[in-house]
Amino acid sequence: MSKMHIKLTVNGKPVELLAEPRELLIHVLREELSITGPHIGCETTHCGACTIDMDGRSIKSCTVFAAQANGANVTTIEGLGTPDGLHVLQTMFKEHHGLQCGFCTPGMITRAYRLLQENPDPTEEEVRFGMSGNLCRCTGYQNIVKAILAAAAELNAVKEAAQ
Amino acid sequence: MIPAPFDYHRPDTVEAAVKLIADLGDSARVIAGGHSLIPLMKMRMTDIAHLVDLQKIGALKGIAIDGGTVTIGAMTTQHELIGSAALGSAAPIIREAALQIADPQVRYVGTIGGNVANGDPGNDMPGVMQCLDATYHLRGPDGERTVKARDFYEAAYFTARADDEILTAVSFEVPVGGQAYVKQKRKTGDYATAAAAVIIAKSGGNCSAASIAMTNLSDTPVWCEAAGDALVGSSLGAADIDNAVDAMQAVINPQDDNKGPAAFKRHAAAVILRRAIERATSRA
Ligand SMILES: Cc1cc2nc3c(=O)[nH]c(=O)nc-3n(C[C@H](O)[C@H](O)[C@H](O)COP(=O)(O)OP(=O)(O)OC[C@H]3O[C@@H](n4cnc5c(N)ncnc54)[C@H](O)[C@@H]3O)c2cc1C
Ligand code: FES
Ligand code: FES
Repeated sequence: MSKMHIKLTVNGKPVELLAEPRELLIHVLREELSITGPHIGCETTHCGACTIDMDGRSIKSCTVFAAQANGANVTTIEGLGTPDGLHVLQTMFKEHHGLQCGFCTPGMITRAYRLLQENPDPTEEEVRFGMSGNLCRCTGYQNIVKAILAAAAELNAVKEAAQ
Repeated sequence: MIPAPFDYHRPDTVEAAVKLIADLGDSARVIAGGHSLIPLMKMRMTDIAHLVDLQKIGALKGIAIDGGTVTIGAMTTQHELIGSAALGSAAPIIREAALQIADPQVRYVGTIGGNVANGDPGNDMPGVMQCLDATYHLRGPDGERTVKARDFYEAAYFTARADDEILTAVSFEVPVGGQAYVKQKRKTGDYATAAAAVIIAKSGGNCSAASIAMTNLSDTPVWCEAAGDALVGSSLGAADIDNAVDAMQAVINPQDDNKGPAAFKRHAAAVILRRAIERATSRA
């Protein structure tokens, strides 16, 4: 089958590429665009390691065809912070030991980013429920939840100070 | 996990989508959120040469409550169902069920149309739709027709929808009474081991109407007419609920699988139905 011309906005930059419609978005990101933050954990829509933000929704990019994503606005962990300018969530994951091996972390943080956009002041229970599409095999989740709650508090404090 | 090749189409009207499917024939398939279909395609369990993506068809989106009738466009996502305050007050059972489907990422893309058209007995919305006595709206080359949710499911992955029809919407009358969707699952994000959708109306302390449907306990969802009838006119006491559970057991047909042996599922079904009846009653 022939390749399709696909246009995306990835981390704020327009990109164009040719891909077969059946190619999965995670493969396009990692292999064509060298954006390797989103990981492939299960490739069966269960683990959430491949989570990206697409048009304002948290999406498992192993379960979207490149063709379906044509025209979409995508943000990955690379678009949230840089080594010199970490996102508050990244800082809090570091401070609260929200990661051990780090494999799940890009997906966790990208999902947590959208969760806090929708619910800036979540309870612990809301964080656990809102993060239930992301698996971690190391931390036991406790410190991930702590890190997200700390990031929410920090973001809210900054917002309040600005007002 | 790469599916077999296919051609991709993104029509922007229902008419164009129906025509595409008619022209392309058997090997064309509709894709909505893709969160049931893509996993099957990855395992190469389907034979699809053309995917017709409905994402751009605005007419398939949205929730309308007009008079006493609720109409939900097929492409409305589970996330949107949960976020609709109007739907949450007209039919809270939909929100309660949607919150128990999969996980946040899946709910952002999974649609009500995909969930009810799919035909997987594990899907949660078909039982809810049967409980609500919902109507499915289908559009094919010969125009529109409707099928009741209670008549739609024939066997696993076999439904009354013809291959060349698109499900455009579901609709139902705003229900009267207390509602509950109770689901037993092995872990977050899993399909039901057993689930029950229940609506109970009361008048003067007695049950005046009841509707009961069970999920994932047969090769289709099961609307248990006799179980509801067992409650109507009763005071919803322990013996009445026992009668409803017995009537439900007579019409489900669970099989042994990785969720457990059939006997265990029957046990779970009884526990879940009791809880759902109690919860719906407390809300009636
Ligand atoms: C990890 C995981 C866990 C899940 N857990 C649950 C769960 O607990 N409960 C549950 O109910 N579901 C669950 N699902 C399924 C999920 O809710 C699906 O999104 C849903 O079943 C199908 O909706 P969709 O929009 O993704 O449809 P698709 O996958 O796009 O389509 C499914 C089928 O329906 C057909 N179809 C879709 N829309 C239409 C239409 N408008 N007209 C005609 N045919 C159509 C397609 O051709 C296809 O055959 C889970 C999925 C995953 C990946
Ligand atoms: S790799 Fe996508 S959910 Fe696991
Ligand atoms: S830190 Fe290792 S999987 Fe989460």
